[in-house]
Amino acid sequence: MNADDVRPAAVTARGWGWRHAGRSRPAISGLDLDISPGERVLLLGPSGAGKSTLLHALAGVLGEGGGADADADDADETGSLLIDGAPPRDRRGRAGLVQQDPETQVVLSRVGDDVAFGAENLAVPPAEIWARVGEALDDVGLGSLPLGHPTSALSGGQKQRLALAGILAMRPGLLLLDEPTANLDPAGVLEVRDAVGRCLDRTGATLVVVEHRVSVWKDLVDRIVVLQPGSAGESAVLLDGPPDRVLAEAREMLIAAGVWVPGHVPATRARSAGDTGQGPEPGFEAGRLLLAAESLAVSRDRPRRGGLRTRLRAVPPVPVQEGIAAQVRAGRALTITGPNGAGKSTFALTLAGLLAPVAGTVSATTDLSAGAGIDPYAWKAQQLIPRIGTVFQEPEHQFVTGRVLDELTFGPRQLGRGADRVDELLERLRLRDLVDANPYTLSGGEKRRLSVATVLAAHPQVLVLDEPTFGQDANTWAELASFLSELLDAGTAVVSVTHDAEFSDVLGGDELKLQGAAA
Amino acid sequence: MREALTLEGNRAVLARANPLAKFSGVVLVTVALALSIDWVSASVALVFEVLLFPLAGLTPALLWRRGWPLILAAALGGWSTAILAPDRGRILLDVGIWSISEGSLQLGLGFLLRGLAIALPAVLLMSCTDPTDLADALAQQAKLPHRFVLGTLAAMRLVGLMAEEWQTIGMARRARGVGSHGSPAQRARAMLGQSFGLLVQAVRRASRLAVTMEARGFGGARRTWARQARFTGLDVWVVLGGVVIAASAVAAAVAAGTWNMVFLGQQ
Repeated sequence: MNADDVRPAAVTARGWGWRHAGRSRPAISGLDLDISPGERVLLLGPSGAGKSTLLHALAGVLGEGGGADADADDADETGSLLIDGAPPRDRRGRAGLVQQDPETQVVLSRVGDDVAFGAENLAVPPAEIWARVGEALDDVGLGSLPLGHPTSALSGGQKQRLALAGILAMRPGLLLLDEPTANLDPAGVLEVRDAVGRCLDRTGATLVVVEHRVSVWKDLVDRIVVLQPGSAGESAVLLDGPPDRVLAEAREMLIAAGVWVPGHVPATRARSAGDTGQGPEPGFEAGRLLLAAESLAVSRDRPRRGGLRTRLRAVPPVPVQEGIAAQVRAGRALTITGPNGAGKSTFALTLAGLLAPVAGTVSATTDLSAGAGIDPYAWKAQQLIPRIGTVFQEPEHQFVTGRVLDELTFGPRQLGRGADRVDELLERLRLRDLVDANPYTLSGGEKRRLSVATVLAAHPQVLVLDEPTFGQDANTWAELASFLSELLDAGTAVVSVTHDAEFSDVLGGDELKLQGAAA
Repeated sequence: MREALTLEGNRAVLARANPLAKFSGVVLVTVALALSIDWVSASVALVFEVLLFPLAGLTPALLWRRGWPLILAAALGGWSTAILAPDRGRILLDVGIWSISEGSLQLGLGFLLRGLAIALPAVLLMSCTDPTDLADALAQQAKLPHRFVLGTLAAMRLVGLMAEEWQTIGMARRARGVGSHGSPAQRARAMLGQSFGLLVQAVRRASRLAVTMEARGFGGARRTWARQARFTGLDVWVVLGGVVIAASAVAAAVAAGTWNMVFLGQQ
């Protein structure tokens, strides 16, 4: 990309605020901010400080198309927010936005077409579009893919880089990144960060990035702005300056706000029973085998109906991983690690009795099954939840009611039990003030805590978690890790799929490393 | 469900043809066949269509995988016509109220062949037409509004994701103790809950995708097209092919004296 094609954009905010339609309080108010052309800004602050709202406003997408904001008449804007002296809506194409969820960053089904989409919308001449597409794909390190490559075959990190390429092909003067790496594994995070760095070095465009994990972006930005939740009369900007100075001055405050500050691992409760599970506490026999997998092959696909060639017998799907052996023991953690596409989640779901094994067995010992049969997949749902609880990566998938308290009492009611444990969980996972809220309206951290609490309300002996720390702030992270370490000491078996080495360090126990899928 | 209607990476000749040309060819054949119920025109068209399958990258096995509901429907239509049509000629089979005569069998056979001859071009068209190419042709050549066409195209990509999402939500709900066992009423309730969950996720995904598209400048009055949809020499052949099939079918039926215009009533 030619540097002279890109004119870095300037951002000016004067007393700017925004209240979403249907909300009583503004998401952000009293923002005064100047970003000069070519500056690279990391935006920090506790959740609810209006970081995403600001990015959406700069991208010109606030108040339209955004589902909750569809009724824009009811939303309310105060002050002014300008890109190069004009409202963002009148500057179509000057700013490009990359959001968190990789799946919805892809628009079209072929790599080349997807990158071309933005440039087409800006009415760039077709011949120039393809030149830009090639350059943009090279810039983000996807230049080796054929233009016809299906976008559905890309990994999360590749999808985010593709989104970045689609933005670059528009030649924007302002790059807006809204937690672009929150859903990615560590390799994906670096892929995206490095691609952003390369593109900025070449184009000199202005950058505004929102992200919890400061260490990822610290060396790439030249300024950190810390926002605080708005209250009338107070400035929205709490701190503003070079990264090192802000991090030194506001370290304690940022830590308290749940920001991942470099060099700081949030304090967690240590395992009292030792990380091997061999120092049994009185009252339970540690290390008791509960669940075992043997020569297990896993896949999300179901067996296909057979044709005449297979004499109408069902054809088993191609496993994503095979020959897995694992043991789940009481009071002992098992961490499943491995590269993307190695079948970690698929294995965990099979172990949890939610997917049928393609080959091999998952068997529950009598300690766990207690008369329910050896194969967890064959258990009824009511038999499953007091034995094996599973917390999904996306909490919303598991919400079944419209109220936090109902969510928590749902499991016990299915089992015909009293809700004796609910009170303790409300307290322990800080959900007491939210009992009447709709689960879908909670913040990311609150949703995560709720999804863990709902599964634990059924008192399972085995807890399976799929990437429980993805996208979580440091406070939720620490609470979760401490809580799980307590559960382990009390004899629950905890199986987690995670890329988070610090998290598995807290839990201790065994690691099962799955190899990359054989292509 | 993961595999879309189009065959991935189909390199057959017809996959390169313009979707609108292919569509015109299919319409020509369909209209000709819709005019008459007779087995001659339908068989002639059917023979041509079977010969065309390799050009669309289809094999009999693939055809069955994609088109079995249509093929079964045609067979069922033929069978019920044979049973229910007024008897003419020799009675071949008589079981209670059902009887099949030579006349009704002929009519049923005509119905079956015609059903197949009309259904198969649609399967053929779908399996060798990429949705993106179709959208390009519809917006650039048929001049349909691009907001509508591209919006639909982007939404279709999410349909595949929704199939995965359905499975995930099903598992996630089982993990909450919602069983898919029990009485039909309980099962229906579980299904309803799962559908609601899917709906919520679909709306969320769709609104995030809408933001993505808008942030990339979608929705402006003017846009250019990186992929130019155009007609080539191949498309002339495709339309000509449609004309030939339609004309041969009609001519053969007229020559054989079986041409039987539906709109003019039974002769």
